[in-house]
Amino acid sequence: MSLQSYTPNYFSIDDILASQERCPCKFIVDIPKLGRLNPSAESNDLKAGTTLELPMWLAEHLSAGRHPIIAVELPRIYKEAYREILKADACAVDLHKLGLYFYEHGLYVKQFDARGDVSKILLETFQVRFRQLMDLANNIGSDPAVQDRLDSLERKLFKEGHAARTRLNTWLTDSGTPIEAAAMVINHKKRKRVDVEDII
Amino acid sequence: MSAEKACALVKELHRNQGTLPPYNNDLVNEVTKEITQLIQENRNDAQESERSRGSDLLEGVSYISTIRVRHAAIQRNLRCLLAYHYNRVRSLRTMRWEFGSILPADIKANLSTAETNWFSKYSSILAKYMRSVGEDGGVNLAVDLHPPKALYIEVQCLVDYGRYELSDGSVLLLKKNSRHFLPRVECEELIRQGVFQHIVI
Repeated sequence: MSLQSYTPNYFSIDDILASQERCPCKFIVDIPKLGRLNPSAESNDLKAGTTLELPMWLAEHLSAGRHPIIAVELPRIYKEAYREILKADACAVDLHKLGLYFYEHGLYVKQFDARGDVSKILLETFQVRFRQLMDLANNIGSDPAVQDRLDSLERKLFKEGHAARTRLNTWLTDSGTPIEAAAMVINHKKRKRVDVEDII
Repeated sequence: MSAEKACALVKELHRNQGTLPPYNNDLVNEVTKEITQLIQENRNDAQESERSRGSDLLEGVSYISTIRVRHAAIQRNLRCLLAYHYNRVRSLRTMRWEFGSILPADIKANLSTAETNWFSKYSSILAKYMRSVGEDGGVNLAVDLHPPKALYIEVQCLVDYGRYELSDGSVLLLKKNSRHFLPRVECEELIRQGVFQHIVI
């Protein structure tokens, strides 16, 4: 599982979940029959000028092409105010709170930002936070609460880095690698319900 | 409409990484139904626009944007559905390598019929391949994942496994917490399956 390529492929679970994140969109044209997209309206048709929060996959599809149906606006967390906060000190921000998929969602959002501020802030944030992430992965036993502030991409990197560090440490201290039970087998054992007869 | 059910399927897999949750037949059926319904609605609207264009240019309502929205939803639903099945089979394949050809009963209960068939087919293809490589009797590819350093290793038994016959014909009784000094080839597979624990001094 851990060997899945990072580039969003068609079957990537992470990419599917990231493109489910919503962003505000304004409809440019009337859409007949689809009033139910807007839960607060009662009419059968969706009027032009309505603003709705649409998932990214829909927004991307509808804003593309020669006749876009919607105009996509930047989500709150990629706007000027939040960009300023990230610029001030990216390490202090709780990215997990801003969105589970801060970077991946950002990669989709940046195509709607003509000035390129979003892509700049994504890169800067990652560069600043990466040092902290390396530190965290290398120092085993540090505060577990820090982990909660990472977004899912960072969390993945952290887990990989942490596992690599542990492997290196065991290799350095005792050179013989023991044969270990397969990861899925261990996991399966942990989740097994306790047999009542065993206890009695 | 906005593919929430399909996304719930994918989320279910995301929550259960490293294991296989029960095959969600109900939700898969609902998503399939949603897809067929969307396709039907699109077809109806397409025909209606086509008709109105033929009769009078000014009167006709254009449903093109409606169809585009629905089409996006269809594609999304398909993607989630395919990803659900694909990722399940992927983890099933990993299980073949980690658990061996016989799955624990509670995992087996989580599989759909198609998945059970796939697993036994994959198992037999793999076994056939392993028999065909190398000389006399083939090679077991599931062992010797690390280069061995010693012929014999010390192991501790973690479960009451029962009788176990070695390849030289002698029979061992494997009880919980008993320790054995065995040829590496004999026990590597059992270590991978969590029956033995390798003791490194």
